[in-house]
Amino acid sequence: MSISVNGNAVQVPDDPRVSLLDLLRDGLHLHGTKKGCNQGACGACTVLVDGERMLSCLSLAVQFDGRSITTIEGLGEPGALHPLQQAFVEHDGFQCGYCTPGQICSAVAMVEEVRRGVPSHVTSDLNSNVIDFSHDEMRERMSGNLCRCGAYNGIIDAINETLKEAAE
Amino acid sequence: MSILENAKQTAQGLFQAGMAKAIAMAPDSWIPGGEPDPLIRERHGHVGRPVSRIDGPLKVSGKAPFAAEFPMEGMVYAALAYSTIAKGRLSSLDTADAEAAPGVVLVMTFRNAPRMQPPPLFLSGAKAAGGDKLPVMQDDRIHWNGQPIALVLAETQEQADHAKSLIRVGYEVEHADIAFAEARDRGTDTAEFMGQPLHDEIGDAEKALQDAAFKIDATYTTPRHNHNPIELHGLTVAWQGDTLRMHDAQQLVAHTAWSMAQVFGLDEKQVVVTSPFVGGGFGSKSMWQHHILAAAGAKLAGRPVRIVLSREGVFRLVGGRSPTEQRVALGADQEGKLTALIHTGVTVKTPHNAMPEPFILPTRSAYAAENVLLDVQKVELDMLGNTFMRAPGEAVGTFALECAMDELAEKLGMDPIELRVRNEPEKDPISGLPFSSRHIVEAYRAGAERFGWSRRNPKPRSVSDGEWLIGMGCATGTYPYYRMPGGAARITLTREGKAIVDIAVHEMGMGTSTVQTQVTADRLGLPMDAITFNYGDSTLPGVIMAGGSQQTAAIGASVIAAHNALIEELLRIAGNDSPLAGLKAKDVGSRNGGLCKLDEPERHETYQSLLARAQRDKVTVEAQPPQPLETMHWSMHSHSAMFCEVKVNKVTGEPRVTRFLGSFDCGRILNPKTATSQFRGGIIMGLGLALMEDTQFDERKGRVMNPSLAEYHVPVHMDVPEIDVIWTDIPDPHAPMGAHGIGEIGITGTGAAVANAIYNATGKRVRDLPITLDKLL
Repeated sequence: MSISVNGNAVQVPDDPRVSLLDLLRDGLHLHGTKKGCNQGACGACTVLVDGERMLSCLSLAVQFDGRSITTIEGLGEPGALHPLQQAFVEHDGFQCGYCTPGQICSAVAMVEEVRRGVPSHVTSDLNSNVIDFSHDEMRERMSGNLCRCGAYNGIIDAINETLKEAAE
Repeated sequence: MSILENAKQTAQGLFQAGMAKAIAMAPDSWIPGGEPDPLIRERHGHVGRPVSRIDGPLKVSGKAPFAAEFPMEGMVYAALAYSTIAKGRLSSLDTADAEAAPGVVLVMTFRNAPRMQPPPLFLSGAKAAGGDKLPVMQDDRIHWNGQPIALVLAETQEQADHAKSLIRVGYEVEHADIAFAEARDRGTDTAEFMGQPLHDEIGDAEKALQDAAFKIDATYTTPRHNHNPIELHGLTVAWQGDTLRMHDAQQLVAHTAWSMAQVFGLDEKQVVVTSPFVGGGFGSKSMWQHHILAAAGAKLAGRPVRIVLSREGVFRLVGGRSPTEQRVALGADQEGKLTALIHTGVTVKTPHNAMPEPFILPTRSAYAAENVLLDVQKVELDMLGNTFMRAPGEAVGTFALECAMDELAEKLGMDPIELRVRNEPEKDPISGLPFSSRHIVEAYRAGAERFGWSRRNPKPRSVSDGEWLIGMGCATGTYPYYRMPGGAARITLTREGKAIVDIAVHEMGMGTSTVQTQVTADRLGLPMDAITFNYGDSTLPGVIMAGGSQQTAAIGASVIAAHNALIEELLRIAGNDSPLAGLKAKDVGSRNGGLCKLDEPERHETYQSLLARAQRDKVTVEAQPPQPLETMHWSMHSHSAMFCEVKVNKVTGEPRVTRFLGSFDCGRILNPKTATSQFRGGIIMGLGLALMEDTQFDERKGRVMNPSLAEYHVPVHMDVPEIDVIWTDIPDPHAPMGAHGIGEIGITGTGAAVANAIYNATGKRVRDLPITLDKLL
């Protein structure tokens, strides 16, 4: 049994209690994925599973046999940042930086959800296939990712600048 | 200069009345900041530019290492068991099953924990860092509901967590004082803060209130709060020979190294605390029991330990802000001049900490009232030690004071901004000191214009849009300029013309390394990429906390001192062939990668040339700034004018903040990009304080009932509108760089601005935080 993590095959852990988050952090030393509550309330542990955002703290690693995980390390690195990572730097979409990887992973998948026409709580027309990528849509869809430093305005600016076209 | 010399020797006792008076009366030129920092005049350098964070690429790619991310050979994982009673003793503690569980390396309880001294209590000494002073796991006594009673170490986190669940505990319960109102009714004591009673009186405020033409007299209450930085408190710790090595999440690295040394009976040099990145602190990341327990466990087990508190663990083990019950009574004459200003009330602490929430602090310098009565009473409960949380005192004190000003303005039929302008003091009302820099009226004028304050309808509940009621409110925010003793910095200048600054300071998101690289580059006349700023390491110079919004000033003053020492040293080695030969340090400054005569800039020599001629690879200097006498010579504060627009749903009572503007007067802004984030971050925590944050404390059991981010609500994306931020950018001539720290000012005044806007929208005056929808139905 193996999981693909950022393109590398990784053994599924023997202990079935190991969360995907702890596998990433403690097993693989991929510390970019953060632990902020370990109970699905803060979003800091968000990773991409086959392109969809998922809370790795609420997922057991053994569930992911044959699946493909992308963490923040798989999106980009200093010198070769993902455009959204670069936009976070330019718009100061963080302060301490702890919630940041989760915000970025979440936003990347969130845009795909909008593009596919998945409605949110603030979507006014549930029958439309096209969702307006508005300020409210972005804020609502990112509300599972807490930022205690309060970098929300910069985060939304960075997402808007980088991903608005992709969403539409 | 004898006053200065004396003051240095008695730095810890600076509040002695005679000394305070002498410092107040001394000529400006004898006081630090009496001669403005030359950098204030510099307008073409890096300071003031919106430079992106130099550590930004590391943070956005997940490569910035936090405390619980340093791997160590043979490391084990920790889990803690917590008491479920508030007071009493352990009658039984059965750890056999836990010890026999797979992977367990150690179960530590009071029976086998090493003998340790209690942690030195923060504020009890220059380097004390402890959140409370209770002994840690030394006996069977229980002091609060949530106290750690066992530490489990195991090969994996899963094994440790499971083993912890197998510990069986019996208690002998004793009566605990845990109910605020009961304790208050039994009697209170005057609270002391930093050695001074929280009590001030001018004239007879109660009588003036009775006689006043216009008056309000109201009680405001604020609940417990928790900081809740997203990074959980944690550390990776190992004993390496005789050295205790801690990778920590810490806003007091040097204090913690010394304090841990006291606990374990070590020399402070045997404890090394590093903390390169802190995932948010807000006052919570000082030294708590998990530091001591992890180090003790590592010692017993002979293995490095990683401890990461659960989110619940943070609520159990790391103190938060205490509740307050505040009375504000204001009396005014026909013109709105305050004749009486009363701000009194009660807060809660424990017998084993030194932190009564000092909610009268913002009121001391707020308004020119003829008669003033300020007083904080305290009760002591059997609970986790409360602590400093972002703008302790000011955050909740401005809520009461600034709501009261809004209520008074309505009674007077006066615009609330005009009421504040009419009561603007010319000097500090309590201390009598002159203000170093106070431009709050300008901040109000600029803010009012930009926000569209003139469009506000002063009559409550008169504007609506469909099912939403709409209102605007404003309030004043304020936070002191502090600079604490203990600053020091080291500068190393290399033959290549590079400079390395070493100073034991912290990065919790303020942009420390970025902003200080900008400042140091300008100060040394070097490009930013020639500066290396080392921080977050207790072995570096300085005992400087990231708290009280003082780190920027403390670094500034320390680097000024080191820079002066560097100039002295470079002139000493310059030799007779240098164009600088014979010059005195006071006539020389840094410019264009070297030194020059200040009034004759062409007399210049580069650092490279100076070092090459002296045949030196590098020059290293270390220096300490003068004691922070400026805060006793001037009344030094930051100010803000906060503007809020809300909508409140007529049907559900749901309040939403739709617009917010913070107009700040905080000296010179060093980096507009990072400063904007700090201001907004403070305001957003203020929105949480206003609308949702509430640590619910069970007054029957003394237990926090909502120890999670699912039930302790903090603002999320959807709660936060685009927040507009402007500033006067007027330098404080008496502060290093002309700047004030800005980490805390944003949360002050925000709660009142929101409450006042909600009143304007609905006609409902909610004086009890948080303002949840049930209070607006």
